[in-house]
Amino acid sequence: MLEIRGHAIKYGHNINTDLIIPARYCINIDEEELSRHCMEDLDVDFLEKIEIGDVLIAGENFGCGSSREAAPMAIKGAKLSCVVASSFARIFFRNAINIGLPIFESKEAYESIENGDLIEIFPENNLIKNLTKKEEYKSTSFPPIIREVISKGGMVNFVREKLKQL
Amino acid sequence: MGMTISEKILAYHAGKDSVKPDDMIFSKVDLVMSTDITTPLSIEIFKKMGAKNVFNRKNIFLINDHLVPAKDIASAEFCRQMREFAHKYGINHYFEVGRSGICHRFLPEQGFVVPGDLILGADSHTCTYGALGTFAVGIGSTDLAATWALGENWFRVPETIKINFQGKLGKWVCGKDIILYTLSEIGVSGALNQAIEFSGNVITQLSMADRFTICNMAVEAGAKTGIIAPDGTTMKYLEGRAQKDFTPVYSDDNASYFRVLNLNLSKLEPLVAIPPLPSRIKLARDLAHVKIDQVFMGSCTNGSIDDFRAFCSIIKGKKVHPETRLIGIPATQEVLKAMIKEGLAEILLNAGGALGPPTCGPCIGSHMGVLAANEKALSTSNRNFVGRMGHPTSEIYLSSPAVAAATAIRGRICHPEEVI
Repeated sequence: MLEIRGHAIKYGHNINTDLIIPARYCINIDEEELSRHCMEDLDVDFLEKIEIGDVLIAGENFGCGSSREAAPMAIKGAKLSCVVASSFARIFFRNAINIGLPIFESKEAYESIENGDLIEIFPENNLIKNLTKKEEYKSTSFPPIIREVISKGGMVNFVREKLKQL
Repeated sequence: MGMTISEKILAYHAGKDSVKPDDMIFSKVDLVMSTDITTPLSIEIFKKMGAKNVFNRKNIFLINDHLVPAKDIASAEFCRQMREFAHKYGINHYFEVGRSGICHRFLPEQGFVVPGDLILGADSHTCTYGALGTFAVGIGSTDLAATWALGENWFRVPETIKINFQGKLGKWVCGKDIILYTLSEIGVSGALNQAIEFSGNVITQLSMADRFTICNMAVEAGAKTGIIAPDGTTMKYLEGRAQKDFTPVYSDDNASYFRVLNLNLSKLEPLVAIPPLPSRIKLARDLAHVKIDQVFMGSCTNGSIDDFRAFCSIIKGKKVHPETRLIGIPATQEVLKAMIKEGLAEILLNAGGALGPPTCGPCIGSHMGVLAANEKALSTSNRNFVGRMGHPTSEIYLSSPAVAAATAIRGRICHPEEVI
């Protein structure tokens, strides 16, 4: 996986899928279209604040609520590079891995990183570097099945290969 | 070491003698369910996966409930895509509006859900089925497509939290109050990625309707599922209803739990969850100052016939407050028919309420009762997040059907005993 580098944009705990992408926009399966309303009910200026490759930082239980895959799709469509959170709600976690949105679990990163900090992430080493503060944080390492899905770029390729073996 | 119900069901479907928490396994799935709002994306992904056919067309259930009767052209297209997919792959378990209802209430009611089964559903409230001793988990659209193609998916075996409800319930207390109280005790991430096994003498005395309500909201604590061991009440519910044979599964006496929590409910009173989290509870009687613009009675949490009986027993012969509107939406077609037969539809209509067709209603804020800026709703549904039911400045309070009925009459949050 490629290295990730971008500025931090930080929110708090329990950011739910209704905040990430309200249901009223979910009758749509286009990432770019969905991204136009990303975080709309949480922060109306969100899209103005971010640049391509920025890193979304959040607290506990990020992505709680509905099963809508539109949530990680909207974040990916907004061209953020990844999400770093203290913890993820389980459906969001799977959805993000499945569609190839990189996610990293690190309580210590959430607690230390501030808005605007320049962040560099080395996924292979579970390492998050804060270049602004000159700090390093570890992210949780994932079990082999999840690493395999990530290495294939998501669940589509995982299943595609599995079907060929049948 | 013994196993919990959840561990046993996962092990059996993975073809293993035993599993333990944190094991990563592939398990076969008995039933895979999705709705009009999650299916179209899965169809696209299914194509990208290069799947030629579905693994087992008989195990796939497609239900119109979120956007029907189609609210706009985009919704109509979503429904059409699901209908065409069902037709293309010979999926007989495709259900139109007028012949179904909310997936989580419709499937158990029709006997498609039985104890011991492993179910995946592309909706977060799939955990509702746990009330029948089923291991049922919510997933997203890509996982759904993968399960259509493979007939199985990967699981991390969750730790289990056991919650024992003890004591004697007060007159106005029901399943909704129990789960709201539980959420306030453990928090909205208190069971993150874990299974919750609900038990204790209170569960034994609860109806299936209340058990569905409790398991429905397990996900609001971040849980992978909520589950209740089958008992006499479960068996009675399944009699003449179950569409297939089943073997009930029970936790071993020496099963290992991550945590055991004993909650005494004897002093519990009707509760309301205030915005923006289902865990932020207050006593209904302490919120009498909160004026309510809209009462929503329904949803996969509280749209059963038992719920409407409780609601209508309070609103009978009374009128909805002039400055409040009432929207009643039964969970399934069968509930609506029973409401008409039992005179409940007439009670609700005579009170000045609107009665909608069985669907998810305004719960996700896209149809059938969306809120305007700064409006306040009291809802029997499961989420009171910012913007969930409409404008981001609108507010949602969650309660039982009894509190909802009293609130509709008074136009402000109200304890049921005030209007009886």
